Amino acid sequence: MDFVCNFPFFSIILAMFCGILSSVLKGPWAKRLCLFMVTAVLVMSSAVLAYTMKTGTSYTYSMGHFPAPWGNEIRAGVLEALTATGFSVIMLLSLLGGMSHIFTDVEETKTNLFFILVDLLMSSLLALIYTNDLFTAYVFVEINTIAACGLIMIKQDGHGIVAAIRYMVMSLLGSGMFLISLSMLYDITGHLLMEPAKEAVGAIVASGSYEVPLLVVIALMSVGLAIKSGLYPFHSWIPETYGYATPAASAILSSLVSKGYIFLLIKVFYRVLGYENVVSSKVINALFVFGLVGMIVGSVKAIKQTDTRKMIAYSSVAQIGYIYMGIGLGTKAGMAAAVFHIFTHAATKSLLFISAVGLYEVSDGKADYRSLRGSGYRNRAAGIAFAVGALSMVGFPMLSGFISKLMFATAAVQSPHKMVATILGLAVSTILNAIYFLRLVISIYSPAEREYGADMSHQASRKLKVASLLFIIVNLVLGLFSQPIVNAIDAGLSMFV
Amino acid sequence: MRLRDDYEESRWHRLEKWVDGDIDPLEGRMEIKPPDGEKDENTKLPEDGEPFFDEEKINSVVYDTAHNKELKLFRIIYRLASVLLCVTLIGVLLWTVVYLPEFGSPDNPINNEVSARYIEKGVEETGATNFVTGMILDYRAFDTFGESCVLFIAATCVLVLMRLDNSSSKEKMKKKKEEENDRLYEPKNDLILQKVSCVLVPLIFIFGIYIILNGHLSPGGGFSGGAVIGSGLILYLNAFGFKKTERFFTEKTFRRITLAALTFYCLAKSYSFFTGANHMESGIPLGTPGAILSSGLILPLNICVGLVVACTMYAFYTLFRKGGM
Repeated sequence: MDFVCNFPFFSIILAMFCGILSSVLKGPWAKRLCLFMVTAVLVMSSAVLAYTMKTGTSYTYSMGHFPAPWGNEIRAGVLEALTATGFSVIMLLSLLGGMSHIFTDVEETKTNLFFILVDLLMSSLLALIYTNDLFTAYVFVEINTIAACGLIMIKQDGHGIVAAIRYMVMSLLGSGMFLISLSMLYDITGHLLMEPAKEAVGAIVASGSYEVPLLVVIALMSVGLAIKSGLYPFHSWIPETYGYATPAASAILSSLVSKGYIFLLIKVFYRVLGYENVVSSKVINALFVFGLVGMIVGSVKAIKQTDTRKMIAYSSVAQIGYIYMGIGLGTKAGMAAAVFHIFTHAATKSLLFISAVGLYEVSDGKADYRSLRGSGYRNRAAGIAFAVGALSMVGFPMLSGFISKLMFATAAVQSPHKMVATILGLAVSTILNAIYFLRLVISIYSPAEREYGADMSHQASRKLKVASLLFIIVNLVLGLFSQPIVNAIDAGLSMFV
Repeated sequence: MRLRDDYEESRWHRLEKWVDGDIDPLEGRMEIKPPDGEKDENTKLPEDGEPFFDEEKINSVVYDTAHNKELKLFRIIYRLASVLLCVTLIGVLLWTVVYLPEFGSPDNPINNEVSARYIEKGVEETGATNFVTGMILDYRAFDTFGESCVLFIAATCVLVLMRLDNSSSKEKMKKKKEEENDRLYEPKNDLILQKVSCVLVPLIFIFGIYIILNGHLSPGGGFSGGAVIGSGLILYLNAFGFKKTERFFTEKTFRRITLAALTFYCLAKSYSFFTGANHMESGIPLGTPGAILSSGLILPLNICVGLVVACTMYAFYTLFRKGGM
């Protein structure tokens, strides 16, 4: 085995170890350790990506001396490596952009705790991506949930605590459903590792025994992970959570945490339940409908908001709807579009959260439309970044949002029964997106009501500007050089089967 | 060209105002009332010790269902929907149970080669006569490391929420003072409690240590033994107060023990995972099954897990009690 094959294991363990070590470090050192860890994970994940692209196969890595059905295992293929690379880029940029706010929003003595949470969150995301074992997935879902709660409430104002409680209740409901479906699956298959479990599921389907439990397992697994990622009827925790957390936490939560669960769901669909069984069970039709409704309702609610942070949060509801709509199409093209939209939304939503904070900084920290007028001139980098992010969400050519909308539309044409609904949904949602995003872009570039002092433009932190510019580059790369990424997603998805 | 007189009322102007954010965000959403005279209770400055916000009053105004029909309707529908959802979920799950394999039947899918190997070769491969310990700390040690990290991150979250630091805001300092008042009654010097705990605490500690050290031989292990030790610590604290426990257990001790235990677990298991995945010999002797010094890494790992669990339990208790250790 090549040495590169160890890298997925190294990155998970490194992230966990940095979290443990940060408990005795002071805030600034914990910050350095965290940034080092994310960078190291980025380098290692891209090495794994290059390796799997070169060999064209995936490999499993046993965690210990015992082989597959007995011991734990992780697995790396093109899609896993690509997701890990993408997630670490976005994690790094979100931390960089929100860094100055972390140190003002969090009590000084508790900053190291913030970085413990980030480290362990990173390790759990990596484990969710690489896992080849259902119970390992559940353990790291737990870590992910608790870490996310901590990140929401660490700002320690009333809103943060209420948002954390809401998040905890909804998220634990999702975890509970996931655990119940996991135990049922174990009861009817006798396996926790993905490959033997899939064989057993195949045998069950072929023999026709345990039809009802299998259907319930598929439904509970989908609903549980959909609650945790905030699909439409379960979205009530999203606006407060994303709106009131510290900016770096909002960016991480909206762009990475919910996507980790979606990735896990896709992995379970392909590698355990068998995608054709999921399609024939009709559960994905429910995901399709709720995704479609979420696209419209999320956008309508976003238009009604007066607080721009909540507007961006409601836009997340709509975008999660897009992803589930793609999964619900039930074709390979739909799935590829959904996976591409995971990257698009992760890159764009974190860009929006970070650049919006740059705009609040120069508007006395206020977040309503009126106070934000003219902020695009007071902080040029953040203004341009926000405009780029907004255009990308609307689906402007050359930006990542355009490519994912194109892929969704192309995928819709291939599935005749759902074509009309998908295309109509896409069209309506795009118009609604344009209404609320372009309204804010017009706002930030119209003349301000009052004069802001010259020192206002200096209040914006430089790190935030750098992060905004890097986010724009990521978005342009996703938009302009999408073909290699789409090819990699296709290759990764075919490795899943 | 014809100029409209009612431009202010035109749709285009309203759209323009909406885009500019000129519409008052509270317009039409809030009932605006002039204050009832000068002696309004809300405007009265609070006296010392009186809370500034009367929470009951705020709640009764915010959730004024008598005047807010929409909210009242929403609440009824919400409650009905949640009850219906729960009942449906319970029904579906109970209905599924009927179709699941019969409990205890030998032909069940779970009685396959996986559990067979755990039972037949478990002692030989892990050196632990307790299969469960062998399974969680050797076959599936990565999951167990994850579980210890769950405890660690839960403790971190409680620290975030409950620890009172000097840099905290004024309100919290006040709260802290109150908590300290609670501590002034410490130790309560309850003679019965003290005498009983004099007898019980050493026994509890010894029992906990026994459970941890024999985790690979008999039922038990790090999680259960750690919980026993943690409860012993809490009993001692209740009997003798913080002054005595602080002589040997402060936040520093907590951090050092947790760090040492988790670091050892992390490094030891990383070594074992690395050698296992690369098909190398780990070189850790398994010893004779049944002896106290046997089963390779399982005994030290049990000790680590036990330490983490005991410290976390004690830390939870003290953090909830007084916001610090």
